[in-house]
Amino acid sequence: MVPGGFFESDGNMVQERSNKKPVIQLREITKQFPGVLANDKVNLDIHSHEILALLGENGAGKTTLMNILAGLYRPSAGQIFINDEEVSFSSPKDAIDNGIGMVHQHFMLVESLSVAENIILSLEERGLMLPIQEVTRRIRELSEQYHLQVDPDAAIWQLSVGEQQRVEIMRLLYRGADTLILDEPTAVLTPNEAHDLGRILRRMAGEGKAIIIITHKLNEVMEFSDRVSVLRAGKAVFNCYTKDTNKKELAQEMVGREVLFQLKKSKCSPGNAVLAVENLKAINDKGLPALKGVSFSICSGEIMGVAGVAGNGQRELAEVLSGLRHAISGSVRVNGVDITNSTPIQVINAGVSHVPGDRIGVGLASNLAVSDNLVMKAYRKPPITQGPVVRKSSILHFARTLIEQFQIKTPNEETPVRLLSGGNQQRLILAREITASQGVIITVYPSRGLDVGATESVRNTLIEQRDSGTAILLISEDLDEIRQVSDRIMVMYEGQIMGILDAESASIDTLGMMMAGQTPEEAKETAS
Amino acid sequence: MKIQLIKKTESKNITKLIIPIASFLLALVFNAILLLIFKINPIQAYSVMLKGSLGSTYALSETLVKAIPLMLTGLGVSIAFHMHFWNIGAEGQLAMGGIAAAFAALFLQDVIPPALMLPVMVLLGILAGAVWGLIPAALKSTIGVNEILTTLMMNYIAILTVEFLYLGPWRDPQGYGFPGTAKFPESAWLPALTGRIHYGIVFAIIGAVILWLILKYTKLGYEIRLIGENPKAAHYSGVNIGRNIVIVMLLSGGLAGLAGMAEVSGISRRLYTGLTVGYGYTAIIIAWLANLNPWGVLFVSFLMGALLIGGDQLQVAMQTPAAVAEILQGAILFFMLGGSIFNRYKLMILPGKKTHKNEVQHE
Repeated sequence: MVPGGFFESDGNMVQERSNKKPVIQLREITKQFPGVLANDKVNLDIHSHEILALLGENGAGKTTLMNILAGLYRPSAGQIFINDEEVSFSSPKDAIDNGIGMVHQHFMLVESLSVAENIILSLEERGLMLPIQEVTRRIRELSEQYHLQVDPDAAIWQLSVGEQQRVEIMRLLYRGADTLILDEPTAVLTPNEAHDLGRILRRMAGEGKAIIIITHKLNEVMEFSDRVSVLRAGKAVFNCYTKDTNKKELAQEMVGREVLFQLKKSKCSPGNAVLAVENLKAINDKGLPALKGVSFSICSGEIMGVAGVAGNGQRELAEVLSGLRHAISGSVRVNGVDITNSTPIQVINAGVSHVPGDRIGVGLASNLAVSDNLVMKAYRKPPITQGPVVRKSSILHFARTLIEQFQIKTPNEETPVRLLSGGNQQRLILAREITASQGVIITVYPSRGLDVGATESVRNTLIEQRDSGTAILLISEDLDEIRQVSDRIMVMYEGQIMGILDAESASIDTLGMMMAGQTPEEAKETAS
Repeated sequence: MKIQLIKKTESKNITKLIIPIASFLLALVFNAILLLIFKINPIQAYSVMLKGSLGSTYALSETLVKAIPLMLTGLGVSIAFHMHFWNIGAEGQLAMGGIAAAFAALFLQDVIPPALMLPVMVLLGILAGAVWGLIPAALKSTIGVNEILTTLMMNYIAILTVEFLYLGPWRDPQGYGFPGTAKFPESAWLPALTGRIHYGIVFAIIGAVILWLILKYTKLGYEIRLIGENPKAAHYSGVNIGRNIVIVMLLSGGLAGLAGMAEVSGISRRLYTGLTVGYGYTAIIIAWLANLNPWGVLFVSFLMGALLIGGDQLQVAMQTPAAVAEILQGAILFFMLGGSIFNRYKLMILPGKKTHKNEVQHE
């Protein structure tokens, strides 16, 4: 638990330091990419003993700005001052030598090596012998000092995502970073892990570090930060102490208009069971049981939310349902037709669409054009294909129709997908999958990493699909999303379904307890 | 000061043209220095190479003759590379094509009417190369064996089989002990278009057209690109990856096999040691330099043919050791391949300002 009085005393600390000079000052930072002005004369002050939240929508330029500070990019114009002295970084190494380090969204760890070995890899002076013992001792010290639990001997692949994140933080501390930048640190964490991270960050700030978190989640800003800066379209538009603002104001600053935290959702009118899953069993990549006899069914016009801490079989469930993973036993039926262990193409032809959780790794070919990605499911059929020939003009026509219908923002249909923002990439996948679906959509983390506007549009799109009679399985780690969008909610724990609840009557406490392995009855008892 | 390679976001067409030309010129300068060290006049050497490879009808035809097997194997390799299937077995596939064609020419002349001899040889050549490519493809798509290892190792089997045949069971009994099979009957000679330029060049052009059509206009081409860019996405969207690997390797091996057939039937008219001289390996470099574009493969193969013939001429005309020509060729390829990195990266010279952060930090 947080030591008593920690938070109260902190508010005063911020006040006291408000007159103090910032450690790092960014002045008029501008970054021009071909065709995009990512940062436009941004000024930012970074103070020690403080957690600064850098808030903004996707594409607002948050990550770019921090990549400049971390030495990954060079600014097109502008200056960086550390303690009033101008610095210029030409590599992340320069930045870390000046005490600035960054934990990226995608961790850069060698899976097969241990924590200590990974940290040795990042050190500059490497002799002939590996200083394992010394490094291990130092890791333990830092662990102690910052309450950052890391086992130096554990191999990375054995660690949860939250633990891997701690290793990344440890690596920066080890190299003497005074300013730590974390890019979307909670995107991959469970609520509990996120809470732990908050404590660790608070502790590090308490020890005098300057912490910057890049985020687009308002809850996180309110919960974690002392100070907040909002970026919009590459410009710094708002700066203040977190305690002097509120979510509504921040959301407005971020989006540039008023945001309604509401979805248009009518009452659900389910039809016949479309997707029926019976006693499904499967193993995960490590050969361990991931699904231990899962049964449920979804009706047409219904959204079934799947709640659960990541790694409790949700991913495997989605993969088995879409033909990407083998089931050991059990059955999957779509409209009465058995599609258990069918190939992906058979599943697609049975009318099942899949919005995968790993957008870039599975859902898209990011070097190919927007049009090529949009036809990934439709290219086999006329009018796009006739015999063995694909007709370019039909592809472009198909792509243009979808771009317009789903409002995908792209320069044109030939643009490589990697140049699109996360929100537009997701819109592209949704456009493709909704168009290809005939009755069932499996969607995994559909709004992960998306900004407020894009999230709103993704959720509304799912509800529209439901209203037009599609059966939707919504796997998400965002409980708010599940409760808002779903009609029924099933909770998965260690490969089993703990229970299926009506979304309207499911309280967040009950769901939370079920996610920790209790049955609905036990959960209700504990809750009451 | 500090020099750093930085990834480019996009590459202009003009730089794509300038980079190889600049690399080539730099290679010439580098080679000139080498030649001076060997006490050879570089200007004279270059003019001999240029005249010998492109300077006369005869020279031009020799260059083209050399380019034909490079074109066919280069095309074969490039289609597999499009799918990121690393077929480095074109040499073996070429050898098997040569063996199959030689078999028909030597042992089926009584069975096959003369008019049908060449079509049969073409078919057998393609088929043998395709089968040789099919083995690694099947191993990869069924049990996931790394194709780089299998295609490479199968080269040795094929190359040594050629050697075994012309030194052993297929050796010409009237050959006075020279290594090689008997000369093919005339019906098995691939006719020449003009001079020594045989119909192989027509095969190569047809091959390029077919590949270009496949890649640009067919479902197969789309799937090949998708698999090459992201095999997981391809699998997810229902593409049968194993089947595509097999189809592509049949094509790839078939083209290399055709190269082998054209070599034995159009040039040597017998199976002998000159068949496996490394065309299949050079093809890999050609495919890269051509950016996997079919027309590019034809063009680069022609230049490579000129380089090889020019090197030969250097030896003949100036009595330089064979090694000198090879050094020159190697250096040119080195510069060309090295230069191609600038299509994706740019060089930036950064001012490395010294900062005194460390002192400040510990105040």
